[in-house]
Amino acid sequence: MTDGAKIWTLHLLVLAAVFVAQFLLPPYHATNLARIMVLAVFAMGYNIAFGYTGLLSLGHALFFAAGMYGMGLPVWHLGWLSLPALIAGLVAGGALAGVVGLLALRTAGVSFMIVTLMFAQAGYLTLLYLNTWTGGDEGFVVLSEARVLFGFDLATDTARFITAFTLFAAGLLACLLLVRSPFGRVMVAMRENEERSRMLGYDPFRIKLLALAVSGLYAGLAGAAYGMLFGYVGASFATIQYSILPMLYVLLGGAGTVLGPFLGALLMFYLIDITSNYTDAYLFVVGAALVGLVLFAPKGILGTLRERVWRWLP
Amino acid sequence: MTQKLFGVTPSRRAVLQGAGAGLLTAGFAAPVWAQAAPVKLGFQLHRTGIGAAYGRWYERTAQAALKVVNDAGGINGRPVEIVFEDDGTDPKRGAEVVEKLVSQHNCDLIFGPLFSHVVIGSAPRAGELKVPYLVCSEGFHVAGGMLNRWTMQPGITDVRAQVSSMAPWVLANLGKKVTMVFPDYAFGHDHRDFFTAAVEAGGGEVVAQIAVPPTETSFTRYLPQIPQETEVLYHVMVGPAVLTFVKELGEFYGTGAKPQIFGFIDSLEAVDIASPGLEFLEGTHFWEGHCRGQQADASEHEIAYRAAVGVDANGASVSDAKDVSTYAHMFSVWETLHIIKAGMESAGYQGTADRQKFVEAVEAMTEMPESLAHVQGAKVFNGKTHQVFGHQFISKVEGGKLVKVHTTSIEDSIYPDAVDYTTQSF
Repeated sequence: MTDGAKIWTLHLLVLAAVFVAQFLLPPYHATNLARIMVLAVFAMGYNIAFGYTGLLSLGHALFFAAGMYGMGLPVWHLGWLSLPALIAGLVAGGALAGVVGLLALRTAGVSFMIVTLMFAQAGYLTLLYLNTWTGGDEGFVVLSEARVLFGFDLATDTARFITAFTLFAAGLLACLLLVRSPFGRVMVAMRENEERSRMLGYDPFRIKLLALAVSGLYAGLAGAAYGMLFGYVGASFATIQYSILPMLYVLLGGAGTVLGPFLGALLMFYLIDITSNYTDAYLFVVGAALVGLVLFAPKGILGTLRERVWRWLP
Repeated sequence: MTQKLFGVTPSRRAVLQGAGAGLLTAGFAAPVWAQAAPVKLGFQLHRTGIGAAYGRWYERTAQAALKVVNDAGGINGRPVEIVFEDDGTDPKRGAEVVEKLVSQHNCDLIFGPLFSHVVIGSAPRAGELKVPYLVCSEGFHVAGGMLNRWTMQPGITDVRAQVSSMAPWVLANLGKKVTMVFPDYAFGHDHRDFFTAAVEAGGGEVVAQIAVPPTETSFTRYLPQIPQETEVLYHVMVGPAVLTFVKELGEFYGTGAKPQIFGFIDSLEAVDIASPGLEFLEGTHFWEGHCRGQQADASEHEIAYRAAVGVDANGASVSDAKDVSTYAHMFSVWETLHIIKAGMESAGYQGTADRQKFVEAVEAMTEMPESLAHVQGAKVFNGKTHQVFGHQFISKVEGGKLVKVHTTSIEDSIYPDAVDYTTQSF
């Protein structure tokens, strides 16, 4: 079997397994899986910026929240329905990432982290400041009338799962196509050696800006979907925590691997869910697990697997 | 062979007799429980995160109320269990916890959350799962119509009612020209909007509204904005910077002339009013949802509640005088659990199929007289808005203690209905 065949077989099998899981899992875990799939879309976007292009952002909560509010505000104030609202969220995430990128990409490394963090914090405070329009720190409930997509009520478990799965599958396959395309190779080139890429005739600023905008599209779509599927839009999703989480998902699953973000989101979700049954200090356990990961498997689970076994893993 | 237990040396015969008697007694005491599966109540707890100070006391109050309910025969003759799940005071985790309590722990209903964003983030999922969700939040979001038929607030009066009922006394006793200092987000805006409206309706005037951004750690730049003409300074701050705010307020005025100061005890929940730096609060007034210090006219129910939860006459833990309770809010947990008992018994609740009947039974409640079930005082429940209305207290700091000087009427707290949840489908 060629590497290409192996890659497509693996990814399609993962999608099939996730789809079938809804019929096998108890309701609690099926709904969790829907949440994880949406969070994985967010992490896939982060992976495009960080894992493939080397842009270590601390501001992705801004793009996630842009998608969430880009969806939620038109529903609340203008009475929009689900499909245009979801598209608005997608566009809001991508557009804001583009605008932030225009400014933040003038910096690199630690400065880029600080500038993106600063933008995200400014975005969070803006949401609080414009309380009348955004609901401030309390947020708001997405009207149930708007949570209907192609006749399916997204407040029901099956429709929610199918929608989350559709977005997840589309995001995963698009990511796979992207990273295997010539443009994907150039993204990796930016991560590995920006100066050499420039010497070869590529414009690093343009490439990184495009990668960041695509990353923002993913984050925006995830934010919009999370708000739509679970019925709540709130400023807490714009806090630093939601910039750190996708980074942890990616680091855990394997930066620069297509399936890594999903695996990381899945493991991190259940690490919190299970350890919180036993201790109040569950975030300490999460932290300890990550320290262990950095020490013993710095490339994440799939990154380590690629290094040692499946060298063809994208 | 005999073993020495607690300084006595029982014979084998005595041990066997004792064990037999114990088993027999257990046999008499247990028949009710042995027949019935427990009623499982889920508690969405702020054990960690910004609400942890409240969560700790909410958990203690819930445990105390649980003991009282079980000692009195449980609910419909069934024992009651509470499953606590930490939501990290985070709305995303809050919704997941709702899911976990219902789908994994098979709880009959959920109660207990305080922070508004957690309530608003979790209520949609509770509605989808069709599980009663009884919040102890004091936010206006329930009565404001934002939530759903499964979400109710029967244990604590909301902010709108609190500030509206307070205004007439403030205007009559402290002054007519009010300056408000509040956090610049939704909680503070509720105070700003509803108290301003109540002041204007009462013939007073809000001369300045000073909004403090939520990230501030020092307040010195805001205090000079208080106009000279101010007769009453109304402050309500929450979060870790509360103590700094109050101390800086003291430093700002020093020993010089100062306006009358009226604050919400939220500023000092879980904080000792006699802490260093707070001396200037002597003679100022506070709203209290429930008087922290035991008052001279405390009812027998209030005294029993205080003892059951383990709070001393100063409002601190009986086991640690420095561990000050969140007394003004935590009674809501006690009262909500008793309302759950009353609602389930009224509905003839047998299992999760009767959840709708339970909601309808609570909606049908109106008068709630002061009793062991309603230790904070009498209340009136509005089934249409799913919101309860009760008395509020104004206390004055005298000798480092909060002494009650006024009790508001329930009528002063009631406002026109903004929603009728009973017209919504289940």
